[in-house]
Amino acid sequence: MTAADIPISGARRDVVSRICGYTGFRVEAAAQQLIKANAVVAVIFLAWGGLMGLLVALTRWPAVHLLPADWFYLLLTGHGANVLLFWIIFFEVAVLYFASAVILSSRLAAPRIAWLAFVLMVLGAITANVAVLQGNSSVMFTSYPPMEAAPHFYLGLILFAVGALLALGVFFATLVIAREERTYQGSIPLVTFGALTAAIIAVFTLASGAIILVPTFLWSLGLIPYIDPLMYKVVWWGMGHSSQQVNVAAHVSVWYLIAALTVGAKPLSEKVSRTAFFLYILFLQLASAHHLLAEPGLSSAWKIVNASYLMYLAVLASMIHGLTVPGAIEAAQRRNGFTKGVFEWLRKAPWGNPAFSGMFLSLVLFGFIGGISGVVLGTEQLNVLMHNTLYAPGHFHGTVVAGTTLAFMAITYYVLPLIFQRDIIWPKLAKYQPYIFGIGAAGISLFMMGAGTLGVPRRHWDITFADANLGFEIAPGAFLMMALNGLSAILAAIGGLLYIAITVGTVLFGKRLDREAVPLTFPLHSAAKVVGQYGSYNTVKLPGTITLVAVFFIAFLLYYFINWKYLSEVWLFR
Amino acid sequence: MTIASPEKRVWWNEPIERVELIWIAIAFLWGLFMFFFMVAWHFFGGQNLSNETYRVTPGEYEQKVYDFAGQYQVGEEAGVPVVQPPVGGDAYMLARLWEWWPILQLREGESYRIHLSSADWQHGFSLLPTNINIQVHPGYEHVITVTPTEAGEYGIVCNEYCGIGHHQMLGRIIVLASEGGAQP
Repeated sequence: MTAADIPISGARRDVVSRICGYTGFRVEAAAQQLIKANAVVAVIFLAWGGLMGLLVALTRWPAVHLLPADWFYLLLTGHGANVLLFWIIFFEVAVLYFASAVILSSRLAAPRIAWLAFVLMVLGAITANVAVLQGNSSVMFTSYPPMEAAPHFYLGLILFAVGALLALGVFFATLVIAREERTYQGSIPLVTFGALTAAIIAVFTLASGAIILVPTFLWSLGLIPYIDPLMYKVVWWGMGHSSQQVNVAAHVSVWYLIAALTVGAKPLSEKVSRTAFFLYILFLQLASAHHLLAEPGLSSAWKIVNASYLMYLAVLASMIHGLTVPGAIEAAQRRNGFTKGVFEWLRKAPWGNPAFSGMFLSLVLFGFIGGISGVVLGTEQLNVLMHNTLYAPGHFHGTVVAGTTLAFMAITYYVLPLIFQRDIIWPKLAKYQPYIFGIGAAGISLFMMGAGTLGVPRRHWDITFADANLGFEIAPGAFLMMALNGLSAILAAIGGLLYIAITVGTVLFGKRLDREAVPLTFPLHSAAKVVGQYGSYNTVKLPGTITLVAVFFIAFLLYYFINWKYLSEVWLFR
Repeated sequence: MTIASPEKRVWWNEPIERVELIWIAIAFLWGLFMFFFMVAWHFFGGQNLSNETYRVTPGEYEQKVYDFAGQYQVGEEAGVPVVQPPVGGDAYMLARLWEWWPILQLREGESYRIHLSSADWQHGFSLLPTNINIQVHPGYEHVITVTPTEAGEYGIVCNEYCGIGHHQMLGRIIVLASEGGAQP
């Protein structure tokens, strides 16, 4: 690595940067420090929130039933906030800084504001954690009124959101600077475009959060007399669900990024991939309605239009990426010489590289588990079969754990050598890590969904109902599902622990790469350094991708209609 | 490269590969189908959640439920009244920390207007094992016309977290067989 100081002309401050010996990107020191700080804190919250998740799963395993009820509800609240908000958003801030400053070889706008954002986010996250651990804020991550948490629970979330909003401002300003200082030619790269999509949705998301959490905070202080519970849900889910769409846009960008770094992938068509991202911006926000389909007081027309993202146009976008990401990989692999048959490109893909295997698992699990179940769960009438059962957490563990978290773990195997400038230690363990975590996460999702279809309620300490006045015996299959869920959670926890051990170990003890550009343990594709010269449309056929997509579509259709059949068999209601 | 700027400055004029176009068309049509299937189910499906809702204060609603239970009570189980509403008539169910009150006794194949609301926090009406799940809010009285299709004893579990006693919150609906009035 040439760690020489390279001043950039016209900059208003002294900019220190280096040229990455592996990718050719110009990496600014301030951006590098901020990416490191956000990524490290993200991993700490993943460890903390993941531990809580394991304890929750072990409590829900009826034969183990680890924790008492008050601790169970407390830790479940903490689990949601720590992994769904803090881990993912800290990591996303790192991804945004990477996708702007590093990929565009630009300096980061206003590093001091970026540090202020970081401090606010850390303070907010700690405040919320303190509130939860004090025990009087076990209101779940969703904190539906009239149930009330301690004021500093809401305050912590507000501080965190303000910090995240500042970080978004830094990202947008960096794009402006890069354009003004002409650090790139033409349009921004697809990965940056995807990150921009995520950031635009995030503004809407955080604004919704502020609109509802600020009055709720004032209500908890006694300054506002009443928060309407239905209104709260409409606005709160403008944050709660839309933030998951931020994750989708971010992890799809990460898929494209890893595809480029590992096999030299190039989008099949810039127009299609970019339009798909643009559809997210237009329609994803409507999904607040997914949480309101079993609610009184809203019309069916409102529910149908919103829950379907106006005729499934955002689902269309994800289905497009479902073709274009593996399609781009297949096209690249065929150019790399793996042209035999339908699947040689996939069989001989770099499965031993955890960045690639994690990315591909994330793609498949997100599509098959999180995606299909999400559409079914978000169908107005079908929702009544599953609303608030364990099916709902099953679905979103398929999207957020098997999808987003696994994708972020995968990109970490490049963040470590390229940003932390340390080579991965324990490469053999690293090879297996995505598989262990991915299989565990898939199991968690599927078994929770199975339990939900048998009626197991979510956020529930005891499905034997031992202390209830009127008893009920839930289907015996539910107990098997909960046990399998517990086992899957242990597997995922082992995968998570390996990830944390490898990450921390590498940051502290990995071989330093900032002296000279020695070969990486998990190499980059040679095309990653240069701009690919080949056009990809019309140059290759993609039989493997077509087969994969056909299998996906048939699974989608079958599962969709099976659920309508289930619905037609229950009591009549209108 | 996805990490480099598009080769062609004017990328929006690039032709789209056929396989992409076909898949976009299929996915778009499938989306339209799913959308209109939801609409269509309102015309030919037997399971559509009612949107009939009234504003009510928790106190007013509690009083309605007490009046209803007093008028039609036919028995008692574990200290909870068993109430049999008239066929085709209104039936009231109260959600509160931590019970569903009272127990309803319905008749298979007959319709009832079931009213749902909460006296305190949000609750989740989860009728098992048939697995019908409806959110219950304080301040909103939701009226759903229900026709039980099979006799038996059904449990109502709360599936919206409502505090430390959430897992103790259960209720019951008894559905009598359609002929002769024999106990199931």
